[in-house]
Amino acid sequence: MKLSTKHLLGIKDLNAADIQLILSTAGQFKEVLQRPVKKVPSLRDVTIVNLFYENSTRTRMSFELAERRLSADVLNFTASSSSAAKGETLLDTVNNILSMKVDLVVMRHSASGAPHFLAKHIPAAIVNAGDGINEHPTQALLDAFSMQEKTGRIEGLKVAIIGDIMHSRVALSNMYLLKKMGAEIMVVGPPTLIPKYLEEALGVRVTYNVQEALQWCDVANVLRIQLERQNQPLFSSLREYNLAYGIKQKMLDKLNKEIVIMHPGPINRGVELDSDVADGPHSIILNQVENGVAVRMAALYLLAGRSDEN
Amino acid sequence: MALSIQRLAHQMLENNKDMANTVIIGLQPRGIFLSDRIVAALKEIIPNHPFHYGKLDITFYRDDVRKTLHIANETDIPFSIEGKSVILVDDVLYTGRTIRAALDALLDFGRPSKVSLCVLIDRRFSRELPIQPDYAGKAIDTIFTDKVKVNWKEKDEKDEVVLV
Repeated sequence: MKLSTKHLLGIKDLNAADIQLILSTAGQFKEVLQRPVKKVPSLRDVTIVNLFYENSTRTRMSFELAERRLSADVLNFTASSSSAAKGETLLDTVNNILSMKVDLVVMRHSASGAPHFLAKHIPAAIVNAGDGINEHPTQALLDAFSMQEKTGRIEGLKVAIIGDIMHSRVALSNMYLLKKMGAEIMVVGPPTLIPKYLEEALGVRVTYNVQEALQWCDVANVLRIQLERQNQPLFSSLREYNLAYGIKQKMLDKLNKEIVIMHPGPINRGVELDSDVADGPHSIILNQVENGVAVRMAALYLLAGRSDEN
Repeated sequence: MALSIQRLAHQMLENNKDMANTVIIGLQPRGIFLSDRIVAALKEIIPNHPFHYGKLDITFYRDDVRKTLHIANETDIPFSIEGKSVILVDDVLYTGRTIRAALDALLDFGRPSKVSLCVLIDRRFSRELPIQPDYAGKAIDTIFTDKVKVNWKEKDEKDEVVLV
């Protein structure tokens, strides 16, 4: 068994067997992370560079920890403190790094498709850690892992994705993944933040009513309002967004059923998610972060296993 | 095969007077069929003894990740091995590389007072590392192009050792 792709550019390129393989391998790594020595020597002859052209806390630390737990050698690159600020092109930067014998590139970039461009031009395997408004595959994988861990299944699960669907790479990766694994999806948000032909293109249900979605779903994945990607006003104010689409404890109290609340972070508290919900008993937000390391170890391990092929 | 397993269980009891301090760890994936049988045999001999029995997967400790990708199995060691006498159990001992990886993996769980090795089939004269079994069901002489496989009723319908 191995992955059908050499790179992890997006969930779009994976098949259900790949996703299942990553999730089950992540389960084994999660057990490794409970051991007294939380480290295995699997990738000790593998060098990985983390290429971050966009800000990140969770994802970068999670990747770096995953790499170190696998005993890989790790190089870190942050665009703001590098020669990219002097005008070096992306391809030049990466080729220079690769000439130092790097096997895997983990990359985040604000331009959609940047990792796909690299994958075409360089021999190393690429892991997309988020590209613009396109995909964030490892986030979708860790979300799926967390859902499965909490509810015992993905197939047939009803998942509501709430918030800024338009600008969210997490939403797109989640939709691809959940579709491939047989879950039902409903997206919720203001009409201005939901792409027009989403329903037809991806076969998901669309609603503009949060309470309806909460009533319907088993899991609510609440997304961050991505103000940095909105170059025109798409709703009148953050306060109004919170009133219409923010998740509040009293909405959950009305439900009379179990519900799981997820959020990929960073949370805008009091905007898309109120603090009592984020820190409340329904929330598995911190479990998501914990699972992120195991899921990324699985993805890196499975990719490194094929990194000698060209 | 049943006789060999009985004999292995009795030898373990002879060498470990105080089984309270002894833990048995089967190696995934195929060593656990043997360890299951050995633990069952031990329980028959001394019925009321609480045996510590775990399963160890060594996939992430292999030295050939870049050559062949192996899929991991479950590891389940729900007790401390600190200061314990550990008996590792696997079906076939060949080059010794699996056991080398198993020792690395095991030591990440703590510091046992002693580690010994039990195998059903010892392929003598084919070792690539200085590793020898303490308990062996049967020693056989093979050349390196041979492949020895132990089949188990639970998985392969029939208990048998085959040379392919």
